[in-house]
Amino acid sequence: MITVNALGDTCPIPVVKAKNAIRELNGAGQVEVLVDNEIAVQNLKKLAEQKGYGFSGQQLENRKYRALFTVEENGVLENQAQEPKEAQEFCPCGNGRNVVVAVSSSRMGEGDEELGNTLMKAFLYALTQQDELPRTILFYNGGARLTCEDSPAIEDLKQMEREGVEILTCGTCLDYYGLKEQLRVGGVTNMYVIAEKMTQAEVLVKP
Amino acid sequence: MEEKIVFCKGGGCTAKLGAGVLARILERLPKQMPDKNLLIGYDSKDDAAVYRISDDTAVVQTLDFFPPMVEDPFTFGQIAAANALSDIYAMGGDVKTALNIVCFPESMDLNILGEILRGGLSKVAEAGGILAGGHSIADDGVKYGLSVTGTVHPARIYPNNQGRPGDKLILTKKLGVGIICAADRVHEASREAMREAVASMTMLNKTASEICRGYEVHACTDVTGFGFLGHLHEMLDGRCSCRIDAGRIPVLPGALACADEFLLTAGGQKNRNHVGPFISFEHVSFAMEEVLFDPQTSGGLLIAAAPGDAECLLGELRQAGLPAELVGEIIPREQTEIYVIGKEEGK
Repeated sequence: MITVNALGDTCPIPVVKAKNAIRELNGAGQVEVLVDNEIAVQNLKKLAEQKGYGFSGQQLENRKYRALFTVEENGVLENQAQEPKEAQEFCPCGNGRNVVVAVSSSRMGEGDEELGNTLMKAFLYALTQQDELPRTILFYNGGARLTCEDSPAIEDLKQMEREGVEILTCGTCLDYYGLKEQLRVGGVTNMYVIAEKMTQAEVLVKP
Repeated sequence: MEEKIVFCKGGGCTAKLGAGVLARILERLPKQMPDKNLLIGYDSKDDAAVYRISDDTAVVQTLDFFPPMVEDPFTFGQIAAANALSDIYAMGGDVKTALNIVCFPESMDLNILGEILRGGLSKVAEAGGILAGGHSIADDGVKYGLSVTGTVHPARIYPNNQGRPGDKLILTKKLGVGIICAADRVHEASREAMREAVASMTMLNKTASEICRGYEVHACTDVTGFGFLGHLHEMLDGRCSCRIDAGRIPVLPGALACADEFLLTAGGQKNRNHVGPFISFEHVSFAMEEVLFDPQTSGGLLIAAAPGDAECLLGELRQAGLPAELVGEIIPREQTEIYVIGKEEGK
């Protein structure tokens, strides 16, 4: 099961996140979406009804609701069946290796902190200049700061996102560091997806 | 760049409180001493208040402001102003003066505020009014709008609920701006769709309102936060029913496709919850249902015109370049209030 945290998101963002997670399932499975208002649950329900997914909604606590999608084997989103995923469609690395970059710290290497910060910024810039862009960049723990406001790498990351690179930041980490409102590029993800991306990578780069 | 991201968080009329919630609060306010010169107050849920000051003049007052729904501050100013001015036009009035209403974060670049106000002023000027002042407070988020004062002859007010069976319903702008702005926020609206939505939102309802003066118009309202069906429901006021031809509803390009991708607002769902029980859909697609519930920012006028006048009125509105359509007809009251009828598949 994939859990999507859409607490604090206004419509249509919970639906967009749910659609992405259902696509991520790539077949049968369940997607749980957490939202903070009942109207969002109703909008998610419309998605389920129109697409023929199983659906249940419940209130967990004050301002916390859970919407659960159950997708059958043949119940993937239509536009996934018809068109390739956006990331594959636009990714200039189309010929293919699944390169995943995992960024676990805002600094590169061990030693002087300031040097480490500079190196990480330079690394992410250098990444934009490669012939083969990664398919996914994962940010977790201290790395989560790099996708948030005041990160020196925002523009480089946005450029890569425009070029089809999937940019994902660990939601637990954003919560832990109180950065949830400051995310400025890419989407929020969870450990299930992080583990999956890493195990399915053909090349895993850890700066 | 950073400011722009903070600037736009899904605003416009989608930010309105739900009609159901609002009705309960207003009903609980103590009744005031009646004043015979208050021709239209909040009891009638009309677009603006109208107060008679002499036999041939009444003042029309309205106030409207909201958070940004587009990233460009100048455009936002234009849209917010066009939306506020629209309430005067929905009453059949002429715009006289306007006051700015501003909420703006102290930490934000004041040039952005300058652009918003410049956009607003351009629309007040286009309306033939004059900006006479305003009030601003420091706040967490940006909000902007106008308090507008206009005048109208007391005998020529367009109420929003006096439509009669037989009247034809005319809508003067395309629907779907809420959905397109929502899609734009998640970068899924095409540039073309957004361009047309912005052009629609910045257009004043002045021309439409002035053209109506030449015809027998029984009711008129502007379509905003409660969506087409929400405002239609208020127009029918529990006294009449109506039949809407879904095939003639003017819709912005891209809006149906975005609705099919579930790029929907919370406001649209609130509208569905509020007026859904009064509506019967026959052969209407999910996407079209959503467009009909979609909250509009600076939407068009919805006009109930006498049957003999409707075709000529429609013709003149179109001649003026408006995307007006004759979308339905008021009928005597039935158990169902609003029938929306589409085409059966394959016919």
